[in-house]
Amino acid sequence: MKDLNLSIETGEFLTMLGPSGSGKTTCLMMLAGFEPATHGEIYLNDRPVNKVAPHRRNIGMVFQDYALFPHMTVSENLAFPLRVRRTSKADTEAKVKRALEMVRLPAFGNRRPAQLSGGQQQRVAVARALVFEPDLVLMDEPLGALDKNLREEMQYEIKHIHEQLGVTVVYVTHDQSEALTMSNRIAVFDDGVIQQLASPSALYEEPENCFVAQFIGENNRLYGKVTSVEGSYCRVALDGGGTVFARKIKCEGEGARTILSLRPERVVIAPAEDGTDNSIVGRVQELIYLGDHIRARLAVAGNDEFVVKIPNTERQVDLREGMDVDLGWAADDCRALDAPGQGAQAG
Amino acid sequence: MATGADSIIRTADGVPLKTSLRRATARRRVRTFLLVVPILAFLLITFVFPVIDMLFRSVDNQIVSSVLPRTTLAIQSWDPASEELPPDFVYEALVLDVQDSFEDKTLGRAGRRLNYEQSGVMSLFRKSGRRAKRITEAPFKDQVIAIDNRWADLEIWQLIHQESSKVTASYFLSAVDLQIDYKGEISWKAEERRIYLFLFYRTLWMSALITVFCLLLGYPIAFLLATLPSRHSNLLLILVLLPFWTSLLVRTTAWIALLQSEGVLNDLMVFLGIISEDGRLQMIHNKFGTFVAMTHILLPFMILPLYSVMKTIPSSYMRAARSLGASPFTGFVKVYMPNTVPGIGAGCILVFILSIGYYITPALVGGRTGTFISNIIALHIGETLNWGLAAALGVILLALVLLLYFLYDRIVGVNNMKLG
Repeated sequence: MKDLNLSIETGEFLTMLGPSGSGKTTCLMMLAGFEPATHGEIYLNDRPVNKVAPHRRNIGMVFQDYALFPHMTVSENLAFPLRVRRTSKADTEAKVKRALEMVRLPAFGNRRPAQLSGGQQQRVAVARALVFEPDLVLMDEPLGALDKNLREEMQYEIKHIHEQLGVTVVYVTHDQSEALTMSNRIAVFDDGVIQQLASPSALYEEPENCFVAQFIGENNRLYGKVTSVEGSYCRVALDGGGTVFARKIKCEGEGARTILSLRPERVVIAPAEDGTDNSIVGRVQELIYLGDHIRARLAVAGNDEFVVKIPNTERQVDLREGMDVDLGWAADDCRALDAPGQGAQAG
Repeated sequence: MATGADSIIRTADGVPLKTSLRRATARRRVRTFLLVVPILAFLLITFVFPVIDMLFRSVDNQIVSSVLPRTTLAIQSWDPASEELPPDFVYEALVLDVQDSFEDKTLGRAGRRLNYEQSGVMSLFRKSGRRAKRITEAPFKDQVIAIDNRWADLEIWQLIHQESSKVTASYFLSAVDLQIDYKGEISWKAEERRIYLFLFYRTLWMSALITVFCLLLGYPIAFLLATLPSRHSNLLLILVLLPFWTSLLVRTTAWIALLQSEGVLNDLMVFLGIISEDGRLQMIHNKFGTFVAMTHILLPFMILPLYSVMKTIPSSYMRAARSLGASPFTGFVKVYMPNTVPGIGAGCILVFILSIGYYITPALVGGRTGTFISNIIALHIGETLNWGLAAALGVILLALVLLLYFLYDRIVGVNNMKLG
């Protein structure tokens, strides 16, 4: 972990997203107190918690393997955090009942965790992390063990619970669609550093560097060199030939290498004359019919993996593999980013 | 079948599918069975038959009736409560039996058998055997009494009458310090001859304490084994297993070398001035020695089941407990320990059952006060040759183990037990 500076607002749903080994889980464990922070301070409600033991931090946690206690019933599991806090019996019962209703399992209190399905266990784990009204709830890839449909269902459920209770959640995942679905803000981690911290739409629409552009959603890359800078725009000579007018986001001035990032759905096939800022020719390599859209893979300026998503509408162009087509896009959609590891190397 | 032959599903070669399937599974079953035949035969011959034989021996009482067939038959017409000696024809039968069995050298066996119940019978039989051949004609009674006037005692005839049946409960009664008299009345043996109940009791409570020691010492080690990074835990595991690779005798005698009054530990304490030269502690050949050596030897049997259970407890349980507000201690007691119960159960029952049947270590380090019931069984097998009593003691021990296992199953549940 390096130079991590992160402030989380009360009631926020913040997701730490990143490939495995990027430091997101370490960061979560530091918040929970299971990993020591070698230096720096962690504050919870303006209270420094570095030296506070995990059980005194009042932070709820949901684990990837749920960590429900197998020797207790569901109700006993939920009552556990209340019992160790010496909550009165009547109070405990009421809170357990309310928590079970919240996760829509009111009749399951007397079952053992082993008698529940994966999704039900997950809900109990969420309820248990919330039942003692913690200041903060941490979730460590809680949906990782569920199948795809259930995972999506649970995403909405957790999101709704969060909205209902207004509790602060820090969520760790490596699944970007999960992060986009649930979060207020997403911190994209790589190599122990937050690459970008922004709302889901800003992350997708305005990635600030090459890693984020590549990690979130689908992305076309074009390599090139800046030839001139015009205000917040720049002109880039592509390595495979041709010039592109792009928004200058994160690249040095004239002569610097850059990677252009372009979303597949922002490319227009056969644009009207002068309709777009950029126009370039590509050769169709492959066409895949996907119902709502057609996915075309083209060779553009030496890049064989240039993908265009063509919406399945009436005005679609008839494409054939091996055909040359005109492509166009707006300069605002094409972002000139840093070129990590590219240096002065050509091509 | 009511719907007719045509409704039966048949395979390609016309055999009904049901039959064909049954044949296939039967073939598979036979093959599986053939694989276990060698071990089954081995176990039957070396384990099951001896155990059954032992069960029979504990009640078997054919010696007297086979060595003295005429006497045991004749004496049935005599009433042992009659206060009168048996009639002359019983003495005649005795003379004939003694003459025959002295000839083929079986008389001593009957003598030894009856000697278990009443000492002195052995010598009486030996003496009578030598002299009985001189008696050839009636009246037998007086001539027999002339050999040894113990033949005029009612007790010896009551004993023969009592032991003439082919099965007897007397071994089992002796094994729990009881005796039966000619009237069939059961009573306690004389105070100074009661030893077995006391030994059973000692075996049980010492084994229980050894089990507790093993649990107290083994639990932290098993916990370390399960939680340390594998680099360290592998080394630790080797240390735990090391005793298994050393001979049991070596380990036991090593304790003798350490604990005896001229041993390493006493020397060290004298050297350090903790005890005086005259105050050397007696730590071996007594209960203390048995406790120490047995705990050491049985410790791995506690650690391994505990370890195998702890290994399966995810580290997230403790983390979850702490994140939910439990202190490390509360989390350990309320969450970790209950999940190790199957291991505790398995380890305890294993150590306890091994312990109550343990022989070699108590024999070597137990002295007079630290020996177990198995040592007395061995004594009866190897020295006094009272196999019937040894068998009865063994059966009681076996029944005790089964009873404990049953109780354990009732309380904890055998399915909850995990050996690895």
